[in-house]
Amino acid sequence: MDRALIRRALGDKVQFIQGDDACAYGALLAGCNFFAGYPITPATEVAEQMSILLPLVGGCYIQMEDEIASMGALVGASWTGAKTMTSTSGPGFSLMQENLGYAIMTETPCVVVNVQRSGPSTGQPTMGAYGDMMQARWGTHGDHEIIMLCPASIQESLDLTIVAFNLSEQFRTPVLLFIDGELGHMRERLVIPDEDELELVERPMFNGQGKYLPFATDASLVPTFAPFGSGHRTYVTGLTHNEQGLPRSSSAEIHDKLVRRLADKINNHRDQIIRYEEFYADDCDIAIITYGITARTCRDVVEQARSKGIKVGMLRLITIWPFPDDTVARWSECVQAILVPEMNLGQMIHPIREAVAGRCKVAPLFRIGGEIHTPVEILTALEELQCQLC
Amino acid sequence: MSTLLKPKTAAELRDVYLRQEMMPTIFCDGCGLGNVLNYTLWALDELQVDLDQVVFVSGIGCSSRLSGYVNADGMHTTHGRALSFASGIKAANPNLKVIVFTGDGDGAGIGGNHLLHTIRRNMDMTVILVNNYIYGMTGGQSAPTTPIGGLSTTTPYGNVEYPMDICALALALEAPYVARWTVNQPYPPIKSIAQGIAKRGFALIEMLVPCPTAYGGRNGLKGVEAIWQWYRENTVLLDDFEHIMEFGTLEEQEEIKHKLKVGVLRDTERESFEERWAKLVEQVKL
Repeated sequence: MDRALIRRALGDKVQFIQGDDACAYGALLAGCNFFAGYPITPATEVAEQMSILLPLVGGCYIQMEDEIASMGALVGASWTGAKTMTSTSGPGFSLMQENLGYAIMTETPCVVVNVQRSGPSTGQPTMGAYGDMMQARWGTHGDHEIIMLCPASIQESLDLTIVAFNLSEQFRTPVLLFIDGELGHMRERLVIPDEDELELVERPMFNGQGKYLPFATDASLVPTFAPFGSGHRTYVTGLTHNEQGLPRSSSAEIHDKLVRRLADKINNHRDQIIRYEEFYADDCDIAIITYGITARTCRDVVEQARSKGIKVGMLRLITIWPFPDDTVARWSECVQAILVPEMNLGQMIHPIREAVAGRCKVAPLFRIGGEIHTPVEILTALEELQCQLC
Repeated sequence: MSTLLKPKTAAELRDVYLRQEMMPTIFCDGCGLGNVLNYTLWALDELQVDLDQVVFVSGIGCSSRLSGYVNADGMHTTHGRALSFASGIKAANPNLKVIVFTGDGDGAGIGGNHLLHTIRRNMDMTVILVNNYIYGMTGGQSAPTTPIGGLSTTTPYGNVEYPMDICALALALEAPYVARWTVNQPYPPIKSIAQGIAKRGFALIEMLVPCPTAYGGRNGLKGVEAIWQWYRENTVLLDDFEHIMEFGTLEEQEEIKHKLKVGVLRDTERESFEERWAKLVEQVKL
């Protein structure tokens, strides 16, 4: 696609927009030329924005009959070489699990934005939550790894959507970008990066040397790509398949090799995938480990607490999956307690506890109902934790 | 157009169009799916379609294995969702020809909503929906097409549900090309599949096939010949039907009134999604 056209479609360099729109902007900058989706609060504005932008730059927007079909269309389009994205919220994300697994199994690059709302079921459609963190990890059936990013601002929603596309292309796997109803609908200042500030990654392409084996890999463990229509006559199946792509669903050996490779191609490159932000890492007794919109409140509270003499540090997770357990383990060796505020009834606290492995106290601070944590409640929790440690 | 010479024999057809590594097929003796594949290959050959530019898409079930047997790009997707994937392929690259193999359970049961909306959008693709009145791969459970009273492993006392007329659905949604055939007569379906592939917009070709293993034997039709005979006795060509209803005797009309009509049920022109989208982009593109 014409880069100048994309930039023109996005308009002013500095804008005051909401998180949903920022995801759409990020997608366009990343080169997304295909979007399939279904309306759902609070994610609808992503689709609306894509329906405005994509025709302007010659891309394709298609509103499907449901989220199952949206995910299917994404995979089909991606195999023609398109860069694809969809957006949804909890109920729609539940419907996407089937074809999300297909995308993992068939190593299809695509980006799924989930603007989370309170569940279970229809729950609180207009309210933010972080209740799908574990569904993201294990929602589709079978053994698999997943990549997931969690921005904490409007600017970061744009920036990380580009990163999501890059990771998805680099590792040929679906990448999840999770925000929530608050971030999705909140407006903030957004600066659109210039072309020379952008780093874009494309999927590894088949170089035309020798016979194309669509699922054979080198040390990167990522196969090279040849789109449908390029004459290689590729067969893609969700069944266990060999390097040629042909079904071999009764072979224990081929299944073991394939599914372990799909996991290893992500796990072996954790250093390239995992992102986080640290505050006062070398100078604290208590740590807050958090992510998403909650991290914004926490960041403010860290300064308040330190001014009151509580030595607090903070680890903000940006990459949620694969989980940065080495980083969390390192923090647990230096602090006496870790506070985990989450907008759910305890999801990321489980891998945190596993990484901490009993080295320090791990204290929950869960809030549901659609409202974000107040600074006071986090500060109070820190003061109580401080008392317990004394 | 293909640079290959036009094959003249079935053996040549096999060598040109089939993925040898996938042989033999999974199909049972007497299954009609081999016939459907055969007719499709003859149709492709008649059109001299460049196979490099065709993607065969399918869902899950016996009929959905067909996509893997053709030596072309293929996508064997999830149960019922073939049309969603096919829509993505076609919308993202309208230059590709998309042919979908699906079954009655896959296409009209679990995939019914996708069928409905893909027709409504008039996506430019050819859907060959193979109807054997049963879920064959899982061993013979009742399908949305199983006749009333039909016996299956999940309707052991007879089916109480009304079956679905898939072509009627496609006609109601204004698909530009709708046809229904049995496997008994090879030449009309070959011609019809070729028409469907050449048609811009959504073409539905319903193929009625025998499933001796999971349906026939259980329903008093022992062996493939009995099922073929049943089709001969219970279907009527659309042209014959119209002729008899206009010129036939009352007895002749009474005899065919309740038979299933086979033939080209609609052949018209309607702008496809891809054409309409391309026009829109032409209008609004910066």
